[in-house]
Amino acid sequence: MIPAAFDYVRAESAGHALELLAEHGDEAKLLAGGHSLIPLMKFRLAAPAVVVDIGRITELSYVRDAGDHLAIGALTRHREIETNALVGSQAGLLAGATAKVGDPQVRHRGTIGGAIAHGDPASDIPAALLALRATMVIDGPDGQRQVSSDDFFTGFLETAIGEQDLLTEIRVPKVPDAGWSFQKFNRRAQDWAIVGAAVLVNGGTCGVGLVNMDSRPVRAAGVESAIAGGASAADAAAAAADGLEPPADLNAGVEYRQHLARVLTRRGLEEAGA
Amino acid sequence: MQVSMTINGALVSLDVEPRTLLVHYLRDHAGLTGTNVGCDTSSCGACTVHLDGEAVKSCTMFAVQADDCAVTTIEGLADGDVLHPMQQAFHECHALQCGYCTPGMIMAAVSLLDEVPNPTEAEVREGLEGNLCRCTGYHNIVKAVLQAAGGGGAGQ
Ligand code: FES
Ligand code: FES
Repeated sequence: MIPAAFDYVRAESAGHALELLAEHGDEAKLLAGGHSLIPLMKFRLAAPAVVVDIGRITELSYVRDAGDHLAIGALTRHREIETNALVGSQAGLLAGATAKVGDPQVRHRGTIGGAIAHGDPASDIPAALLALRATMVIDGPDGQRQVSSDDFFTGFLETAIGEQDLLTEIRVPKVPDAGWSFQKFNRRAQDWAIVGAAVLVNGGTCGVGLVNMDSRPVRAAGVESAIAGGASAADAAAAAADGLEPPADLNAGVEYRQHLARVLTRRGLEEAGA
Repeated sequence: MQVSMTINGALVSLDVEPRTLLVHYLRDHAGLTGTNVGCDTSSCGACTVHLDGEAVKSCTMFAVQADDCAVTTIEGLADGDVLHPMQQAFHECHALQCGYCTPGMIMAAVSLLDEVPNPTEAEVREGLEGNLCRCTGYHNIVKAVLQAAGGGGAGQ
């Protein structure tokens, strides 16, 4: 499959990328690792006139200890996050979820920023970031702003990133003592999750992010408040699908997904020590 | 546009469209047809090559993303007539039938051992999850990778 023709420009820095976006407006698409955009372009579901390659902006590839949180550059590749010692010790859930993305080849190329900017409810990483209460840092024409993970995913394949914006950093609260579990249910290795649950248990509270349980990545808020109120893992998990509208497709219907969400959330809570 | 890269140690520079995928650059423009296209949707791994030493799926990359990088394909593994230890292990363990998946499987396996030099059987199976084989049932492929990890000795 051959994508539609486009003009290629390489951004040399974050500032240069913003200039290029301002110049080309909605004609342009950002290319990071390419593992979300290139498949869409091959199917011609996306046909940008201009592709702005941000994949070589090394200043946006890092994991730093920033006091109470980890600062992760948007262009940090999955493989780096999966194997990074800081991420492993301070936000193990993110490392664990990242290790389940695609396959090794995909993780060598794909970036955390690219994965979340795609806004795909079937993606693993948004669920982990929701459970961890991460914050996204977005640079735009009017300067920099921070968006909580709850406000970041706004709809199906839609996020808070505007057409002239660049996602630059993901801030993940450090939770070295938290228990965590990432439950991904699929039928074959390497497949997308039919449903997934990212669970973080920290003292008497928990965070639960779900994969493929609504039109956008979502939290299981009912489970979180039940745990905070002292409920057992099994009782809390019963609320995992409450208020959510999971998709029906050839892998699973709505009821089956609701069932999976409850089971995976319970297993996740138990494994994480709730 | 001019896209240049080092392929198997030799500098190649070709005038291609920006939309040219890396796999097409290698096969159609550079004439290296050892890398196969199976699914064309980053599922099967038949198109796996190394980009700066790491396994990637060349059907899901534009050639221009590899501009100024080093690419190794299956043609670059053997040293003259001497097979790479992974190729030798695939040969000895009969790790292929039709052979379609083999170039990608070998490139993925070499990259796996770079990252995990002494993998368990489970780690080999998981490490090759991005490569599909429709013939062998994977058993002999896993055996070959484990043999190559053990120093390539046939007597293992
Ligand atoms: S052809 Fe590239 S993964 Fe199948
Ligand atoms: S040997 Fe035929 S696909 Fe693997």
